[in-house]
Amino acid sequence: MSVTADDVRRIARLARIAEPTDRIDTLVGELNGILDWIEMLNEVDVEGVEPMTTPVKFELPQRKDVVNDGDVRDKVLANAPKSDEGFFVVPKSVE
Amino acid sequence: MSDLLKLSLSEVTTKLKAREVSSVELATEALSAAKAAQPALNAFTAFDVDKTLAMAAASDAKLAAGEGGALEGAPLAIKDLFAVEGVSTTASSNILKGFEPTYESTVTKSLWNAGGVFLAKTSMDEFAMGSSNETANTGPVVNPWKGTTDGNLTPGGSSGGSASALAADLCFGSTGTDTGGSIRQPASFTGTVGVKGTYGRTSRWGVVAFASSLDHPGPFGKTVKDSAMLLQAMSGHDPKDSTSLPNAVPDFVAAVGKSVKGLRIGVPKEYRLDEMPEEIAKVWDQGVQWLKAAGCEIVDISLPHTKYALPAYYIVAPAEASSNLARYDGMRFGVRQDGEDLTSVYENTRAAGFGEEVQRRIMIGTYVLSAGYYDAYYLRAQKVRTRILQDFDNAYQKCDAILTPSAPSSAFGIGTKSDDPIEMYLNDVFTVTANLAGVPAMSVPAGLDSSGLPLGLQIITKALDEETMFSVGAAIEDAAGFNAKPEKWW
Repeated sequence: MSVTADDVRRIARLARIAEPTDRIDTLVGELNGILDWIEMLNEVDVEGVEPMTTPVKFELPQRKDVVNDGDVRDKVLANAPKSDEGFFVVPKSVE
Repeated sequence: MSDLLKLSLSEVTTKLKAREVSSVELATEALSAAKAAQPALNAFTAFDVDKTLAMAAASDAKLAAGEGGALEGAPLAIKDLFAVEGVSTTASSNILKGFEPTYESTVTKSLWNAGGVFLAKTSMDEFAMGSSNETANTGPVVNPWKGTTDGNLTPGGSSGGSASALAADLCFGSTGTDTGGSIRQPASFTGTVGVKGTYGRTSRWGVVAFASSLDHPGPFGKTVKDSAMLLQAMSGHDPKDSTSLPNAVPDFVAAVGKSVKGLRIGVPKEYRLDEMPEEIAKVWDQGVQWLKAAGCEIVDISLPHTKYALPAYYIVAPAEASSNLARYDGMRFGVRQDGEDLTSVYENTRAAGFGEEVQRRIMIGTYVLSAGYYDAYYLRAQKVRTRILQDFDNAYQKCDAILTPSAPSSAFGIGTKSDDPIEMYLNDVFTVTANLAGVPAMSVPAGLDSSGLPLGLQIITKALDEETMFSVGAAIEDAAGFNAKPEKWW
């Protein structure tokens, strides 16, 4: 499998990274280099093998369904690029 | 610089308890040494002198009252991936410039509870993606070691700042995170001890996420005992991290110095690479001889899926990173760039905020997770991980610990490997298997190469058996008698 310049543009779009116009060709080369290299995994027999989750099996913990955090509005907003009156200010997203 | 800063963590905490030195005195000296070294080594990303001195004074008060934890009063450097309340935490990325967490990571909170004193944040490869600390937004960190080489060497990465700061005696211990080798490779390059425990032993809560199923917070220490003291303090169950192990934490420090007689040490044939420098092979053989002399039984083992570890890693890590880093959209925190509409704000924010290596990995991750490719790439890689874990399980039928080199070379020159991503990725060839399998591993300095640069040996043990790792590490440390220090030039 190899990627083309159009694929790189599509991937950038999916990743929400502005099209790296001046680096498209470089990225095509680098991505193909990496993708060719990882093709090696096709040699491994994974028939009937479960995907790895953790080296130590234990029950996924569940906590009580109670409020254990909150009331920290100002802390949540402390690092916002823009905020006003206790709200995040974001670009218009609905016409 | 007085000789105080040259002490190990275990030595300095003894002096602190005996009130032969105060924490404020130590912190003041460490701060001034660190700031003096900064223009040359570039290891730090943030200081908070008031916080440091306040914590040191609080430690002194506890020590005066005969109280205090195992690390009481010792200044520690913290990788810029750990949230430290009120202190700039950027993951060495422009996208997080100015970010000051309003909370504390579990691991740093545990270190402070044990008496550690915050000294500074340390530089790293951006979002922990790199093996040379060259992708940091504040520029490369310089290794205090030069040996007989010309020019500046990298301390390795991604936890390069923490390794460099400790090797230069600017702190008494430091934290790192190890996703593919980011603690053990820099430890090997800087003559320090670097450890990661079993996956889940240390909490990931409050640590900027790179690849969640592979990220292991861990310590750097000047000695094996120091690293055991630090890992002890950092470990434990954390309800805030659902992958945090509920198991009780053993006494790691007690394992240091325990006899290794009768232990079976596995030597994996697949780690003897064709292109491996002779000096690496030599130090490895030397390590085998040391352990044999200490009464260990040496066993040849096979880890047949070793060569698939790096390619599997370069699917799993970018895939998880692309998902984890989706949160950096410039809305709730971080730096926002303007744009014509919402999508272009996102796209401009991420194009300007992420460096080239981070963008490359996000794009690989996005590709391997995109429609139609999930099974072919991510799912297959996760199955290959199971094969790698099975390799270890099979090997541990025959041995108690595994000995390998930590890295395929000693420290290399800044800028010498930045052109080819795959060449850089190969730095992690010996370390990445332990991340994929989630088993404990450490790097211990074993000697100097012909250029006068440190080389480390890696010890890998079974999941939950950090104790054997520390015992074998201490045996290597004893036999190696490694006490070389970089000549001070900074």
